[in-house]
Amino acid sequence: MWALRRSYSLATEPPTKVVMSGLSEDDLYQDRILLHYEEPFHRGRCPRATHAHEDDNPLCGDFVHIDLAVSPEGQIDEAWFDGDGCCISQAAASMLIEQVQGKRLDEIKNFTAGDMLALFGAKLTPNRQKCCLLPWRVLQSAMYASVESDNAEDRR
Amino acid sequence: MTPATVATPPARPLDPEVVRADFPILATLLHEGVPLVYLDNAATTQRPRQVIQAIVDVYEKQYANVHRGIHWLSDQSTDLFENARECVRRFINAAAREEIIFTPGTTEAINLVARSWGDANLRAGDEILLTEMEHHANLVPWQQLAARSGAVLRHIPITDDGQLMLDQLPKLLSEKTRLVAVAAISNVLGTINPVGEIIRQAHAAGALVLVDAAQSAPHGTTDVQQLGADFLAFSGHKMLGPSGVGVLYGRRELLDAMPPFLGGGSMIRRVRLDSFEPAELPAKFEAGTPPIVPAIGLGAAIEYLERLGMQAIHEHELLLTRRAHEVLADQPGLKFLGPAPEHKGGIVSFTVEGIHAHDIAQLLDRRGVAVRAGHHCAMPLHKRLGIGASARASFYFYNTLAEVDRLGEALSAARRVLRRRS
Repeated sequence: MWALRRSYSLATEPPTKVVMSGLSEDDLYQDRILLHYEEPFHRGRCPRATHAHEDDNPLCGDFVHIDLAVSPEGQIDEAWFDGDGCCISQAAASMLIEQVQGKRLDEIKNFTAGDMLALFGAKLTPNRQKCCLLPWRVLQSAMYASVESDNAEDRR
Repeated sequence: MTPATVATPPARPLDPEVVRADFPILATLLHEGVPLVYLDNAATTQRPRQVIQAIVDVYEKQYANVHRGIHWLSDQSTDLFENARECVRRFINAAAREEIIFTPGTTEAINLVARSWGDANLRAGDEILLTEMEHHANLVPWQQLAARSGAVLRHIPITDDGQLMLDQLPKLLSEKTRLVAVAAISNVLGTINPVGEIIRQAHAAGALVLVDAAQSAPHGTTDVQQLGADFLAFSGHKMLGPSGVGVLYGRRELLDAMPPFLGGGSMIRRVRLDSFEPAELPAKFEAGTPPIVPAIGLGAAIEYLERLGMQAIHEHELLLTRRAHEVLADQPGLKFLGPAPEHKGGIVSFTVEGIHAHDIAQLLDRRGVAVRAGHHCAMPLHKRLGIGASARASFYFYNTLAEVDRLGEALSAARRVLRRRS
């Protein structure tokens, strides 16, 4: 009914070489980031935490939990994190926790996603930015998630 | 080559070095001159210049809308489009071209069945039987159908090494089972499922079977009549064709009895202000302007595959899978997902203890090796296996054993970067 009209023969010419420009991601696994990944700052739980929150990135399974021990004056006396995931999410959590340790809550509230990416340093593709921003998202919620409150999870 | 030789695949084994010359993109050199090793073929394959040229030819010489114009160009375009349909019919050995519906892809093909056949036929308490290893595209449309109809979803469980527990099938099938929807090959585990046996048992129980052939049609022989499939779906872009076109095969009497899915132009015979009469098959399920050029490109892709021979393709990929298991088996902390090579297609997924799949993929990329990392649109399967993410190398006939070795070398290099954790 519909007869075969054409047929394409296998080519024999050599393929063209295409050289892509160099990628500048070599600093992604630089020593500073690997050090945070392998020897993280304050990895663990904080028994005297007043604020805590955790979340995951369902797309890749990265998970971060953050504990904060906040003084009545609003100072973060202790910040700790726990988690599981890729080098970027876990190193970013370590850097962030080191950064907020000892700071006042009202200072941290102005810490933007852009600040988080700048703190991480290495250039990230949009997909990997989600890994880097997971601990930042968890921290944003943790500041409002008092552990005494039963509805802490609802106040994200 | 004449059309007559197209249908007769060569008996000789496939030489990837020869066919690679047809794929310009495979000669790409990445950062610092590293050659690209493309091992993400389960996500999408590359295109040979024959397919690219077929697309260029249509646009340059023969493009117009199909089944509409009373003019020369439209006749040309319509001929090419319907010729592609005939290519697909022959490729899966359907009984008639009316059984071949062009869709935007596998996902929409499955949604078509869920919406059209499902809404017309399913009642509260009816059962749909799936498996624990399905792609989201063969889970979510049925979840949506279950929510609309009150039907119940059940799942064939899998073993720890990623094979269906077929001994559970007789218990799961009953007179309530209306449909079994199963992937012929798992997109994560690579497992080749015993679809023929599932169809036999499902039919004996009075259920229809939809086969998700997205990962099988590109890699081996598909014969819907021999298989006895009621519905079968696959995508063009996973088998050398363009993205934006897929195929739904349905047995004619089923498609004839089903109501139209999308409404619009082409799918009608006659329209009044307040009603319409649907068109005959296959137009009934092809509302609007179809993916004309992608379908023609898919036809060219099928002609290319048939010339190589689906059996030769399957055998070459088995060599690659075996080599990948050999090369990766020595890697400390590496665990394969899925069964031994003889039970799977060209898909090798794995985890490495202490290294997240994203880091594996990123570090392999430095060495030019492209793999997928994540859940591969199968979150429930990953949960069942107790892992968050995995890395997946997936092959096609143009991959070489040397490229599989590069995968192993790149993984060793990745381990050295993350030295203390691995």
